[in-house]
Amino acid sequence: MADKSAVLWHHFDDLSHQHEANALGMWAFLATEVLVFGALFTGYAAYRFSYAEAFEEASSRLNVLIAAVNTVVLLTSSLTMALSVWAAQVGRRRMLVWCLLLTALLGTAFLVFKVVEYNEDYREQLVPGLAFDPGKWKDTNPAHVQLFLAFYYIMTGLHAVHLTVGIGIVLFLALMAWRGAYTPAYYAPVEMWGLYWHFVDIVWIFLLPLLYLIGRHELSDLHL
Amino acid sequence: MSTVLEHVPQAVPPPAQPQVHYLNVAFGVRSWLLTTDHKRIALLYLVSVTLMFFIGGAAATLIRLHLMTPNQAPGSGLLTADNYNRMFTMHGLIMIFFFLVPVIPAVLGNFFLPMMIGARDLAFPRLNLLSWYVYVSGAVITFWAMLRGGTDTGWTFYTPFSTKASHSLVVPVLIGLTIAGFSSLFTGLNFVVTVHLMRAPGLTWFRLPLFVWSLYATSVIILLATPVLAMALVLVAVERLWGVGIFDPALGGDPLLFQHLFWFYSHPAVYIMVLPGMGVVSEVITCFARKNIFGYTFVAFASIGIAVLGFLVWAHHMFLAGMSVYASLVFSALSYFVAVPSAIKVFNWTATLYKGSVWLQTPLLFALGFIGLFTIGGMTGLFLAAVGLDVHVHDTYFVVAHFHFIMVGGTVMAYMAGLHYWWPKMSGRMYPEGWGKLAALIVFVGFILTFLPQFVLGYLGMPRRYASYVPEFQVLNVMSSAGASILAVGYVLPLVYLIWSLGYGKKAGPNPWGATGLEWQTPSPPPPENFAVTPVVDRGPYEYASSGEIEVIGGGVPEQAAQAAVQEESHGR
Amino acid sequence: MPVFAQIQFQLFPERASTTAERVDALFFFLTAVTGVMGLLVTTLIIYFAVKYRRRSEHDRTPRILGSLRLELIWTIGPFIIFLIMFVWGASVYLAIAQTPDDAIEIYVVGKQWMWKVQHLDGQREINELHVPVGRRVKLTLTSEDVIHSFFVPAFRTKIDAVPGRYVQTWFEATKTGRFHLFCAEYCGTYHSGMIGSVHVLEEEEYHAWLDRRAEGSPALEGRKLFLKLQCVSCHTGDAQGRAPSLEGLFGRTVVLQDGRRVTADASYIRRSILRPQADVVAGWQPIMPSYDRLLADEKEGLGQEEAIIRLIAYIRSLDRDQTPVRTEDFPPPEVNPATSDKMTR
Repeated sequence: MADKSAVLWHHFDDLSHQHEANALGMWAFLATEVLVFGALFTGYAAYRFSYAEAFEEASSRLNVLIAAVNTVVLLTSSLTMALSVWAAQVGRRRMLVWCLLLTALLGTAFLVFKVVEYNEDYREQLVPGLAFDPGKWKDTNPAHVQLFLAFYYIMTGLHAVHLTVGIGIVLFLALMAWRGAYTPAYYAPVEMWGLYWHFVDIVWIFLLPLLYLIGRHELSDLHL
Repeated sequence: MSTVLEHVPQAVPPPAQPQVHYLNVAFGVRSWLLTTDHKRIALLYLVSVTLMFFIGGAAATLIRLHLMTPNQAPGSGLLTADNYNRMFTMHGLIMIFFFLVPVIPAVLGNFFLPMMIGARDLAFPRLNLLSWYVYVSGAVITFWAMLRGGTDTGWTFYTPFSTKASHSLVVPVLIGLTIAGFSSLFTGLNFVVTVHLMRAPGLTWFRLPLFVWSLYATSVIILLATPVLAMALVLVAVERLWGVGIFDPALGGDPLLFQHLFWFYSHPAVYIMVLPGMGVVSEVITCFARKNIFGYTFVAFASIGIAVLGFLVWAHHMFLAGMSVYASLVFSALSYFVAVPSAIKVFNWTATLYKGSVWLQTPLLFALGFIGLFTIGGMTGLFLAAVGLDVHVHDTYFVVAHFHFIMVGGTVMAYMAGLHYWWPKMSGRMYPEGWGKLAALIVFVGFILTFLPQFVLGYLGMPRRYASYVPEFQVLNVMSSAGASILAVGYVLPLVYLIWSLGYGKKAGPNPWGATGLEWQTPSPPPPENFAVTPVVDRGPYEYASSGEIEVIGGGVPEQAAQAAVQEESHGR
Repeated sequence: MPVFAQIQFQLFPERASTTAERVDALFFFLTAVTGVMGLLVTTLIIYFAVKYRRRSEHDRTPRILGSLRLELIWTIGPFIIFLIMFVWGASVYLAIAQTPDDAIEIYVVGKQWMWKVQHLDGQREINELHVPVGRRVKLTLTSEDVIHSFFVPAFRTKIDAVPGRYVQTWFEATKTGRFHLFCAEYCGTYHSGMIGSVHVLEEEEYHAWLDRRAEGSPALEGRKLFLKLQCVSCHTGDAQGRAPSLEGLFGRTVVLQDGRRVTADASYIRRSILRPQADVVAGWQPIMPSYDRLLADEKEGLGQEEAIIRLIAYIRSLDRDQTPVRTEDFPPPEVNPATSDKMTR
């Protein structure tokens, strides 16, 4: 019971009470996050409706291959995160540590690919405000292409920020797990941040079709 | 003067002796800056918002002094046009984001929400402290930007003015506000979880004090609305920094999209500001009328109704902005719907006084002032919701007067009521009652004198945010400025006597008002853990009535409440 | 005494349009209803506070929990009153929002910090607007830069001038005289200096004013632009052109490439000048470049929106067989590398 009193805050009755509070807090926070991205999706949808052609044209210049690989990477990380929670629940410490490290690694891989992709976008003059060549857009209004790209960078950028925070937290959890902080009686942090990790993945699942797949109706449109 | 009541409706747990309370449990700067005690954090907030209030008030003073003369000749008047614009922007930003939004939740809510539900602290004490640091960082960044020249966009940041035309420090201010937004987010998050999970045994949802209900509704709005504002501000900053035309019509963007996103937060924000005030008034009215609240369930659900409907009316700020006619009509109708729950509250508060034992102490004076001024503010809102009339009064001083009646006449009056009501609990000392009554009177009179002329000005057609105006508006502007000087006295006075009372006020005792709330069932100031023994609740929040019988008036008690009451009576003692 | 003589003081604004009468009627109704409601609440509060004031610490109070009947009364009662307010407000608004067809049309462009007014007969004014009494006047507004709002308190007329789009409102003045014109949407440093006057004249005076101040009508000015910008190279009057003829276009329904049908109104023509690819007419190639940012003429102080208004006025006036032939005398095309570069965007 010594380690129980160390993790139980003074104002909760017991650990399950505290666990419940943590989970509810995270759900409430995620509701907020939904609105964060919801505001961006609303703006995106408004312009997508007005400038469908420019959006599809601009979208087709993005690298769908990297996006596809990243989707797989991120979905796998969700699996390892889920496994971490299970490992914590049943008290398998080594497995917990390894799964968390793997999750962080996959998250980092996603970011690396993303940086590669951003770099490619930069070289292709697809960054409004920094490197953008309006001359490349003959059939469509470059201003509207810039709108699409602005939303692309804000949305993927915000997603990347969330992922970076997530990686930091997962690494911290791994450290704590290695020190033996989590037991089957107390693993709330792992479960709570697992929710967060899955949320970040789900956001990507929405971003993928909105940003990369619009206007590609056949396999050949993918320009792989 | 203030009689300390002997009779206390509920048994007081034996006071811990010698008394250790949250103020004397630890000393030194560290014990304050690193505290996780919700009561200490509330005091940190109290000091910060008071500071911000007087900074915003200084800006208001300059505005009102400037508007004493029409300033039509270039360069005449107290301020230049540019400085005037920066001044009203600063006044709006500081008062809204750094005073009105946090004031009641972060000071009174932080302190009393856990105590009113019999909890030892909020669910996430460290998040609570973080919220204060985030608030201070946001305030420092915003204030720094203002000292470096400030911004002249108005608190609304309308595009494309804010993105293309303004040559002021827009981005630093946007960053400051976005950061400050997180602080209210953390507070809201904390409150939602706390109300759900930290209630004392026996404290069912329908035994919650109405202040808790209103804070809960407020928190839900904060959680769902704040992120949208943050994103709207981020988009403005992105457009300003990188020149992408997100809201720039010349580049395919739509300035109306910004307005939609902005008001999607900023209209519910009105309820973030005023709902907690309504909760305070419910507490004060019941206590000083010594009555149950009239129609508990209606008042409670009115808060929820306001929170829900408040999300559906944002575009009534945009009737003239080029929306479709049908959109305008829909938003007009919805705006009338949201007025209904507010009306319900006003009627219930009034009915609560009926057959009471009305004790006209300072908190009640402020609360009655709230009802009067809020009613005027709310009813002039009905004028603005009528689209045909809004065409004329939109963006005039009519609107300025209207929202000051709600924000200052409503929220600030309620805050003053709450601050006086709970001051004995927070400080352990009584404030001087005579001075308190005088302050309430001065504030009420000063307020009316300041803002009533502005309705007339607005209907005459004086647009808001005007550094200069045509001479025929001068008389009313001078009246308004004169009223503002009275109002200023009314606000400085409490600052003086409340500080004075910390050293020289009479000792308060645990329950000077004989109130029923759990927060009064513990010594003043409260011990660090709030309660020596976790209280068990066996009744509703406002059992002031001396007779146990339910008196029926007007034909029938709301069934639910009546049944609950009967059951409590039988199981109670 | 002389001091007081100088003081101008008003409590109620002048009423000088048909709209003003409707709006004021609604205002008086709302004031009366809310006044009664407010008085009722205030009286009750004061009455209760006095009648039931505390007499001693040991006052006994009854336990009153509420009354469903009363709650229903003060829920449904206000609701019905609010509905009446809504319907009345909506009806006033609908009358304002429906612009009449038989009105004098005037174009207004907001620009930091002035109102530029363009009459179809050629008069241009800044911060002034001359209109005849007893005639409906339709305003089409836009802005060159930020959002402004055109506000004439005596007419109870206000509408935001939003950059990038046209909005319309109308009024019918009922009184001659001079009335304030304000900008009501905050627009920067000299927002409060963006004011002017509306002069309501008798019909004859108005015509005298029109004649006195006549300059080139916007249609005529538009014709010059039409030639200068080489629009005529493609939009010829015969069947040989590379673009559709514009004769008699205004107000007609146009079938677009994607099958949509749109009315060729001012907004349509404006959009087609700035974003030609947005609405390509069926049967034509999308070859027209955007004229965005090529229309303003710094030297002449002509803003883009004003230039568009002139072009619209010209296209509107263009009847059958009136398109000038290309050989007509017009200045040689200004070929400027910077401009032509922009054209290809």
